[in-house]
Amino acid sequence: MHALEIRDLTKTYRSGIRALDGINLTVDEGEFFALLGPNGAGKSTTLGIISSLVNKTSGAVKIFGIDIDRDFAKAKFHIGLVPQELNFSQFESVYEIVLNQAGYYGIPRRAARENTDRYLNQLGLWDKREQPSRALSGGMKRRLMIARALVHEPKLLILDEPTAGVDVALRRSMWDFLRELNAAGTTIILTTHYLEEAEKLCRNIAIINQGKIIENTSMKALLAKLHAEIFVLDLVKPLAKAPMGSAFEFHLTDQTTLEVMVYNDQIVNDLYQFLSAHSIQVSSMRGKANRLEELFVNLVQNDA
Amino acid sequence: MRWRCYFIAFRTIVGKEITRFLRIWLQTILPPAITIALYFVIFGNLIGSRIGEMGGFTYMQYIAPGIIMMAVITNSYSNVVTSFFGAKFQRHIEEILVAPVPHVVILCGYVTGGVARGLIVGLVATIVALCFTDIQVYSYSVTLVVVVLTATLFAIGGLINALFASKFDDISIVPTFILTPLTYLGGVFYSIDLLPDFWRTLSLGNPILYMVNAFRYGILGVSDITLGTAFGVIIFFIVGLFCIGLYLLQRGIGLRT
Repeated sequence: MHALEIRDLTKTYRSGIRALDGINLTVDEGEFFALLGPNGAGKSTTLGIISSLVNKTSGAVKIFGIDIDRDFAKAKFHIGLVPQELNFSQFESVYEIVLNQAGYYGIPRRAARENTDRYLNQLGLWDKREQPSRALSGGMKRRLMIARALVHEPKLLILDEPTAGVDVALRRSMWDFLRELNAAGTTIILTTHYLEEAEKLCRNIAIINQGKIIENTSMKALLAKLHAEIFVLDLVKPLAKAPMGSAFEFHLTDQTTLEVMVYNDQIVNDLYQFLSAHSIQVSSMRGKANRLEELFVNLVQNDA
Repeated sequence: MRWRCYFIAFRTIVGKEITRFLRIWLQTILPPAITIALYFVIFGNLIGSRIGEMGGFTYMQYIAPGIIMMAVITNSYSNVVTSFFGAKFQRHIEEILVAPVPHVVILCGYVTGGVARGLIVGLVATIVALCFTDIQVYSYSVTLVVVVLTATLFAIGGLINALFASKFDDISIVPTFILTPLTYLGGVFYSIDLLPDFWRTLSLGNPILYMVNAFRYGILGVSDITLGTAFGVIIFFIVGLFCIGLYLLQRGIGLRT
C-alpha cells in the first residue's frame, strides 16, 4: 500500500511564484524516504500541503489511500509532522506541549498521558518535562518536536530537516531512534541538507528542483550512477611527484597527500598492488567527498 | 467515535486557553479589577455623588452594570485576539492545524476560552462593585444569559481580528479605535434619554448599547432598550460574526499560504 501518493501537484503562491510544477511521487508503506533539493526547491511546500499548512493549487494527495480533498481529517490521524522551524509555545512546559498535542488528536487523557510519558522518556526529555520549552537547548527542542509528532502514534512521520543545528552525537542518537521507529513499521519521509544523513538512513530518494521531481529511485540505484570516486591517501613518507605509469589517475595535493580517481570498472586491489610495487606506504585512506553530495550537485546543476 | 475525538480536542483547546490566562493572572485578572475600582472611586464616588439619581438609582448603582459589562467585553475580546495572534506569531497554531480538528471546534474552543476569561473578570468586577455599592439582581437568568452572549460575541470578534492581524499593531487598532469608543458611548455612564434627539438616534446604531442595557435590565430592572430588541441585536451579531469567523478559518485566511 502507498503511504503517500501525490499526483500532478501544483502550487502557485499569491505572489505568482510557482513552487510546485506538477509533481508526482509515491512512497510505499514502511519506507524510509528522502526528499532532497536545494533551498526553495519546493520540499517544504510539498510537506506543507501534505500536512494541511499550505493550500494546494491543483492535483491530488492521498495518505494511506485517503484523498485529502475527501476526508482530510481522517488522513491527518495518520500523519505526524516535525517541521523545519520551531513551532511550539515558548511559555508552556515540555509536558503540556506533548500532552495537548495528543488532545488535539482526540486521544483520551489517560492514554495521552501514557504516550506522553513514553515518548518523553524515549527521547531523553523526561527530566525536563516541567521546564518551559524556551529553557531547552537547541537539540532538546528538536527532540521535543519529534515527541510531539509521535504522541498520537502516526503511521507516517514527516521530518523536515530534523537534525538542523544538532551536534554530531545527538544527531547519531536521533538516527538510531528513527531507524528503530522505521523498523517497527512507521513510514518516514525525511528532508535534509545533510546528505550523509539521507545516504545512511534512507532506502529510497527523490530529488526536487525548481518545483519538479528530477530523480526518484532507490538510494542504491542512484549511487550506482557515480562513474568514479576520489580517494584521499595519507602517505607515510613524502613524495616529490605523483606516480606515473598506472591506469589510475593520481594527483599530489601536497607531499604527503595523494588523491586517486577510481572508476567503477577499476578494482581497488590493483591500486594497492601498484602502491606496494612503488614502495608507497599509506597510513590512512578516505573518500574525498560524500558520494551522494556529488551526485546531488551534478543533478541539480544539470537541471538548472 | 469522531465526535468524541472532537470533544476531546475542544476540551484541550479550552483547557489550554484557561490555563494560559490563569498562569498570567497578573496581566489578565488583576489589572481589570484595579481599573474598575478606580472607575468606582472617581466616577461613582467622587463625581457620582454630585450627579444624583439616574433611572431611580444612585449614580454608582446605575453605572455598576455598565462597568461590569465593559470589563467582560474588553477581556473576552482581548483574550482571544492576543492568544490566537500569539499562536500565529509563534506558529504553534500549527499544532492544531495539522491535527484533525474541525474549524468549528477551533473557533468554539478559542471563543469558550475568551468567554471563560470574560466571566471570571466579570465576577471579579462584580465583587469590586459590591465593595462600593449595594447590588440587588433583578433577574439572574437575564443577567447570566446577556453576559454569556456578550462575551461570546466579542470573543468571536477577537478571533476575526486575530485572523486578519499580521503584526502586533493590528491587534490593538480595533480595541483602541473601535471597541473603546463604542463602549464608552454605549450608555455605560449615562442613559441615552439624556442625549439630544440626534445623538440618541445615532446611539441606537451602537450594538454595545443593547448589551449594556440588557445587562442593566438584568441587574436593575431598567433599560433604555426593550429586552427583546436587545437580545435580537446580540444574537444577530453572534450568528453573523460566527459565520464570518468560520468562513475565514475554512479559507485559511491569515493561517495558510
